[in-house]
Amino acid sequence: MKALIIAASLALSLASVATAHAQAAPTSTIEIMAPWARATPGGAKNGAAYMTILNKGKEADRLVAMSTTVAKTAAMHRTETENGVMKMLAVDAVDVRAGSQAVFKPGGYHVMLMDLRQPLKEGESFPMTLTFEKAGKITVTVKVQKMGAADDNMGHMQQDMGGMKTE
Amino acid sequence: MSPQTRRATLVGLGALALGALGAAAMVVAHFRPEPGSHSALAIGGPFTLTASDGQTVSDSSYRGKWLLVYFGYTYCPDVCPTTLNDIAEALGRLGPLADRITPLFITIDPERDTPEVLGRYVMSFDPRIVGLTGTPEQIADVAREYRVYFKKRPTGKNPDDYLMDHSSILYVMDPEGRYVTLISAEQKPGQIAARLRQLISQSS
Repeated sequence: MKALIIAASLALSLASVATAHAQAAPTSTIEIMAPWARATPGGAKNGAAYMTILNKGKEADRLVAMSTTVAKTAAMHRTETENGVMKMLAVDAVDVRAGSQAVFKPGGYHVMLMDLRQPLKEGESFPMTLTFEKAGKITVTVKVQKMGAADDNMGHMQQDMGGMKTE
Repeated sequence: MSPQTRRATLVGLGALALGALGAAAMVVAHFRPEPGSHSALAIGGPFTLTASDGQTVSDSSYRGKWLLVYFGYTYCPDVCPTTLNDIAEALGRLGPLADRITPLFITIDPERDTPEVLGRYVMSFDPRIVGLTGTPEQIADVAREYRVYFKKRPTGKNPDDYLMDHSSILYVMDPEGRYVTLISAEQKPGQIAARLRQLISQSS
């Protein structure tokens, strides 16, 4: 239950952040909220980027491809943990229903950045182009946060909510 | 008994049954063999591996320390960094007590994770985390002893295009090298630290 509440609050927090950091093409009904990546540990060849995709339109859309200058390949994956076994499954496309959102976060959906051309360093940012079936290409600026960013990220977002508590 | 009362009673009984089931599940979840006992749940055992500095180490190299053992690999971009970061944060929260713990990060991808690669990787999280690799046979052996599942899953044409499915669990071993308990990798740093603090204080 607590996890549910946290998840719901996080979704809300993300939505609030969106107003400040939403990135979208001027006419697009798709908004990419708070795209971020984790700083990579020394020697890491792969990284991961996260974001929330909001579909403000009246039609469903679908994220089908992505690319970035920092990695040779960028692809969607979903982490699945079952009975303590972790698997990363390739995902061909992610549907975003009308008026709905798709959340990419640690331990779930992520954009896997494979064969990084450079380490991802905290404080830096890089462009990532997302291709949607209907909205077309949207280029966003992905901010690199510190390695353990998941929890901290939530902390900042709660602050943005003006004292909203998750517990 | 009116139909309403009967229904209420049934619902009540159902809730009781569920409660009992829940309690049973908790007992099972908390069950752990006595340290050193040869039960069906025995986990861990002797190993020979290579540390980041190229030195050969074995399980006995760490006698006297509590071990927090995690299996993963450096090409893992999501769960392994999360867990290693949680371990680093848990060590921070434990303060001086952390001196009694050695976290081991054992790769299940020895083909790509050389001692050097692994060393740089774990160092980014916390210099106290020890990265261990070995020959594919040595890794298979230690994984079998810890009942760790791992499997290579090709993702492309090149031999290097693959991901690893693997168990993502923290194993706690006592200073004698005996298995004590598991900690879910989904636990937060505060919970991991609290559990370790509890286990160490219970033993002394």
